[in-house]
Amino acid sequence: MRHILSLLLENEAGALSRVAGLFSARGYNIESLTVAPTEDPTLSRMTIVTSGSEEVIEQITKQLNKLIDVVKVFDLNEGNYIERELMLVKVRAEGKDREELKRTADIFRGRIIDVTDRTYTIELTGPRDKLDAFLDAIDRSQILETVRTGASGIGRGEWVLRV
Amino acid sequence: MRLTGAEITIQCLQEEGVEFVFGYPGGAVLYIYDALFNQDKVKHILVRHEQAALHAADAYARASGRTGVALVTSGPGVTNAVTGIATAYMDSIPMVIISGQVPTPAIGLDAFQEVDTVGITRPCVKHNFLVKHVDELASTIKKAFYVAASGRPGPVLVDIPKDVSQHIAEFVYPKSVSMRSYNPVTKGHSGQIKKAVQMLMEARRPMIYVGGGVILGNAAEQLTKLVRDLGFPCTNTLMGLGAYPGTDPQFVGMLGMHGTYEANLAMQHCDVLLAVGARFDDRVIGNPQHFFSENRRIIHVDIDPSSISKRVRVDVPIVGNVADVLEEMQKLVNAATARPDATALKDWWKQIGEWRGRDCLRYDRTSNLIKPQYVIEKLYEVTGGDAIVTSDVGQHQMWAAQYYKFDKPRRWLNSGGLGTMGFGLPAAMGAQMAFPEATVACVTGEASIQMCIQELSTCKQYHLPVKIVNLNNRYLGMVRQWQQILHGNRYSESYMDALPDFVKLAESYGHVGVRIENPADVEPALREAFALKDRVVFMDFMTDQTENVFPMVKAGQGLTEMLLGAEDL
Ligand SMILES: Cc1cc2nc3c(=O)[nH]c(=O)nc-3n(C[C@H](O)[C@H](O)[C@H](O)COP(=O)(O)OP(=O)(O)OC[C@H]3O[C@@H](n4cnc5c(N)ncnc54)[C@H](O)[C@@H]3O)c2cc1C
Ligand SMILES: Cc1ncc(C[n+]2csc(CCOP(=O)(O)OP(=O)(O)O)c2C)c(N)n1
Ligand SMILES: [Mg+2]
Repeated sequence: MRHILSLLLENEAGALSRVAGLFSARGYNIESLTVAPTEDPTLSRMTIVTSGSEEVIEQITKQLNKLIDVVKVFDLNEGNYIERELMLVKVRAEGKDREELKRTADIFRGRIIDVTDRTYTIELTGPRDKLDAFLDAIDRSQILETVRTGASGIGRGEWVLRV
Repeated sequence: MRLTGAEITIQCLQEEGVEFVFGYPGGAVLYIYDALFNQDKVKHILVRHEQAALHAADAYARASGRTGVALVTSGPGVTNAVTGIATAYMDSIPMVIISGQVPTPAIGLDAFQEVDTVGITRPCVKHNFLVKHVDELASTIKKAFYVAASGRPGPVLVDIPKDVSQHIAEFVYPKSVSMRSYNPVTKGHSGQIKKAVQMLMEARRPMIYVGGGVILGNAAEQLTKLVRDLGFPCTNTLMGLGAYPGTDPQFVGMLGMHGTYEANLAMQHCDVLLAVGARFDDRVIGNPQHFFSENRRIIHVDIDPSSISKRVRVDVPIVGNVADVLEEMQKLVNAATARPDATALKDWWKQIGEWRGRDCLRYDRTSNLIKPQYVIEKLYEVTGGDAIVTSDVGQHQMWAAQYYKFDKPRRWLNSGGLGTMGFGLPAAMGAQMAFPEATVACVTGEASIQMCIQELSTCKQYHLPVKIVNLNNRYLGMVRQWQQILHGNRYSESYMDALPDFVKLAESYGHVGVRIENPADVEPALREAFALKDRVVFMDFMTDQTENVFPMVKAGQGLTEMLLGAEDL
């Protein structure tokens, strides 16, 4: 099953490679990984999307907790959460396609953030499926480039992950 | 007090009460060696290869319970040390490794003797640090010692660039450390412990399975008391030997791939299993599917949550320090009115007695060749069962584990997790440094000993009178055994030609060498050797070349599907 893990880790050189190294050394799946410092510059927040059986996810959580630079690990799947990903897509937009692409982007609440005579660059945020659905909705041959950040996740309601 | 980084490093070691540093100098650590030169509190042991520095520091830690310290230079110094670091990591040994690095401005420029030490060692250390500024040096070393020895122990590396060791800072050694991201547990969950004791009291076929964690956690005494009070059978892993006394009637021998018949059967057929500081290694439980085919309830005590339910799902996990958890269990056992069903326990012991009757460790005592098992039995007798025994890796290691009965913890030092050939001799040096008066024997094979043979020179320089028991079968015996049993007798590259004359070799290093070729000479040779208290003696026993280690569970087989002797092949 797909799990979204939220981590707080020391904002130290090398912390990222410890996490990434753990996943490759132990053969755990990694769908995406995002990381950036938080409002407290000594801490980074990381979101890892992974998949595996319950046993594997349990091991992943335990192994992450064991890393000295990792301060907290939380499996967002244990509660309600919100997941968002940012995607930038550059598409070939010519002739009658221009109108069609604009309409599709609107339907998905995307924004066109750069325009040339022959291209649009569209910005889209949402959960993974929504971004996938957008890519499915337009003609594949129009896509010139896609850039996705990978998911960021946060728990719903009052619940917070902090030191 | 204003000091250079190098002086700070040595001051920190002094503050930590470090007696010995095992190391090898080079460009990047010259300032640190200079600082060593100017003091006499920390004694440096100059080995002949960095791998040996690591093994010696590691064995010093295994034997004494204190943190081992090694010092190596950048580049090749570090890469040579990696095998030793990984060896310590796999067996959870507390160590601090100080490595030199190229100066900070040169990092990343492919400078002379530069390697990414933090990157190379990352997967085989508990933690590592690159010290970028001299101001952080003392607090980093403090953290390194704290992390290495607390929780589940392990090696911690501190990489010090040359300019950092040269720069000057005010030296203050922190009194304590607190790290928000690292808070190892001690006490176990009392509700879980209560549940566990209740389960033990309900057991009809109990079994206690004890690992290296009991030795690492200095809990042999508490464990022995609890096991005796309960009257249950007890087995030790290869790493746990000595945690429960090997000569005790409740001890059923080591378990696992080369464990005893009785230990493996009891492990498979018990109804309640108490695992203490053991990690259900693949060499211990055999094929997991086969292991699960029998129903049993499992209690697992370990300080590292990731050791629990990793390969085997357990019913009562208890995360905590063994000594604390065992003491709490003991209190509950003392207070309990319920006792395990005496008739059931008696029947269980009767069953175990029958299994014991198979006498799985028997061997041909009439042979006119030297049987390796016989050498170990005599070694046990001659040393009164009281030596510190180190070993290398292979058949000789298993025979030492099976036939030398360890009654005390920290007497059996071997590389279990990584299985590192070359460990034995430097390990003997480290143990002898920790206990200068102790009898230290290194059980080895003619192949393993050659992986760190150069350390005979270190033994000479520091007067370390270790005794080398070489079980010389002219084969990579353990490899040959697998090839015989699993690869249709195709002995691919497991015979080693052109062996050195070990007697002359030992003599050339200034030691005593003897070759023993007849069974009748085994005991006298051992007696003579161990009587030479202040000399290294290299005993080269020419053993039966084709002897195999039994029992044996073939890789992939179930724990009870054992080969018991040549007749099973
Ligand atoms: C040729 C060869 C053959 C082998 N055959 C066998 C065999 O037949 N049988 C066998 O048993 N092994 C065998 N081994 C060794 C095997 O590979 C493993 O190294 C060994 O079984 C692991 O032992 P252990 O489970 O005691 O764990 P260890 O590696 O000693 O781990 C200790 C455990 O205790 C925990 N711990 C540490 N400190 C504490 C504390 N204070 N409190 C609580 N928990 C703590 C740790 O977290 C860890 O989980 C063989 C090795 C070789 C090289
Ligand atoms: C560094 C290293 N290389 C290879 C191995 C694989 N290996 C395990 S046992 C063994 C043979 C050891 O031979 P020897 O030291 O003579 O011991 P014996 O088995 O003959 O008693 C080998 C090659 C290992 N464990 N370590
Ligand atoms: Mg051999």
